[in-house]
Amino acid sequence: MSELAASCRPAIAAGKRLQWEAAQEAHVLLYPEGMVKLNGSAGAIMSRCDGVRTLADIVADLERTYGVSGLAEDVNAFVTFAVEKQWLELRE
Amino acid sequence: MSAASAAGEADRGATAGHGGASAARPVGAPLWLLLELTYRCPLHCVFCYNPTEFSRTGSELETADWLRVLAEARALGAVQLGLSGGEPLLREDLETIVARAHELGYYINLITSGVGLTEARIAALKRAGLDHIQLSFQDSTREMNDFLSSTRTFELKAKAAALIRQYGYPMVLNVVLHRLNIDHVEQILRMAEAIGAQYVELANTQYYGWAWLNRQHLLPSRAQLERAEAVTQQARERVGTSMQIYFVVPDYFETRPKACMSGLGSVFLAIAPDGTAMPCHAARMLPGLDLPNVREADIRSIWYESQAFNRFRGEAWMKEPCRSCPERSKDFGGCRCQAYLLTGDADNADPVCDLSPHHHLVTEAVLRAEEAAARGQQTAVREHVLRFRDHRTSIEVTPGVLSDRS
Repeated sequence: MSELAASCRPAIAAGKRLQWEAAQEAHVLLYPEGMVKLNGSAGAIMSRCDGVRTLADIVADLERTYGVSGLAEDVNAFVTFAVEKQWLELRE
Repeated sequence: MSAASAAGEADRGATAGHGGASAARPVGAPLWLLLELTYRCPLHCVFCYNPTEFSRTGSELETADWLRVLAEARALGAVQLGLSGGEPLLREDLETIVARAHELGYYINLITSGVGLTEARIAALKRAGLDHIQLSFQDSTREMNDFLSSTRTFELKAKAAALIRQYGYPMVLNVVLHRLNIDHVEQILRMAEAIGAQYVELANTQYYGWAWLNRQHLLPSRAQLERAEAVTQQARERVGTSMQIYFVVPDYFETRPKACMSGLGSVFLAIAPDGTAMPCHAARMLPGLDLPNVREADIRSIWYESQAFNRFRGEAWMKEPCRSCPERSKDFGGCRCQAYLLTGDADNADPVCDLSPHHHLVTEAVLRAEEAAARGQQTAVREHVLRFRDHRTSIEVTPGVLSDRS
């Protein structure tokens, strides 16, 4: 699996919507025939995918927010997975 | 909601968050809300899942009732909203309903035949916050002929499709298949390409409501089904990724049942035009369900306390072979309506399952369909025996239509 470029800008895929659902205490991704309830880390990553921030920005923000380092590989793997699932799309 | 509902169920299952086989699992939220805004419809489809007695139901809810239902369900956690019918565009307050749903944070799907979808209407719906449109290719036998001769109905469908794309929506087309049109899948897919469809669902008819009434004439043969799947596969190879094609096999050709609604009372709440609240959009047929009405009760008490929504929760209602089956936590015994229609007892296993002692009812129905197809009855039944979904026929047929079970 090839690494995503740190400069790519992930965004929620067209036609899908991410939102916080208090009743489920989770971020959910909504699309026409379904929805995905995201776990905490997936929600933290996807809620930062606004098509403006680069992958590097997102990693830095997460490391700052949670006071940890070395998240690049995990974030890269999740974003790759989410692009394959068509939850996210990449903008240049 | 057309037969598209069947394909949505896998995803619904994935969202349900069930804790496994425990009979005492906590009651979750009604995540999926379906509002059948009206039973009025310009089409008269022979495979409609609407209740055959629709013309005997009460008056439609007022706008204020629908807005209250939206708020009450949202407060319980409902987030996926389907707006269907009948034809929902016949409700002049559709934009008002969409706008309130959007304010409340719903993801809003409109399921429409496209009849009545003008540019003014779609622009207003877009402004109101509509998220998604599914265009149904409903009255396929007539429309197929129209398409082949480029007459009015196809023009209308093509125009609706163009508007949907123009307003930035993915072009999602649902086509209901049955014995009379399944041999035309090639032309249907070329029609879908011609109107710029990005997603096509070829949904075989499931047998409830009007489709049950007409089952003997709609059920395809296994050979027809296999040909249609092969043609679909060839089309996939031709169009590549520009158009994604889903093919939904009829339950009757399966050997395990679908996890219908992820179990009744689990995630799905449907409200009929007259305000009747149902744990499945076909549940009006089930005997012994005391269906509540939103005119008399709020959504919280309907969902958590009513007899109708608790009747099939958990596993205590199950009979053998489901009761001791390791798969019961996966498929919840299948579809209650199918169990009732085919066996006369909604507590039985869905006879689609080949572990059911009633499975022969399904295989025999398929065999009869094979014989009918072999006799080449299509033309005759189309003209003389099929019962179209209209008011006069609705008054003539009896609720449940159990006489048709054999």
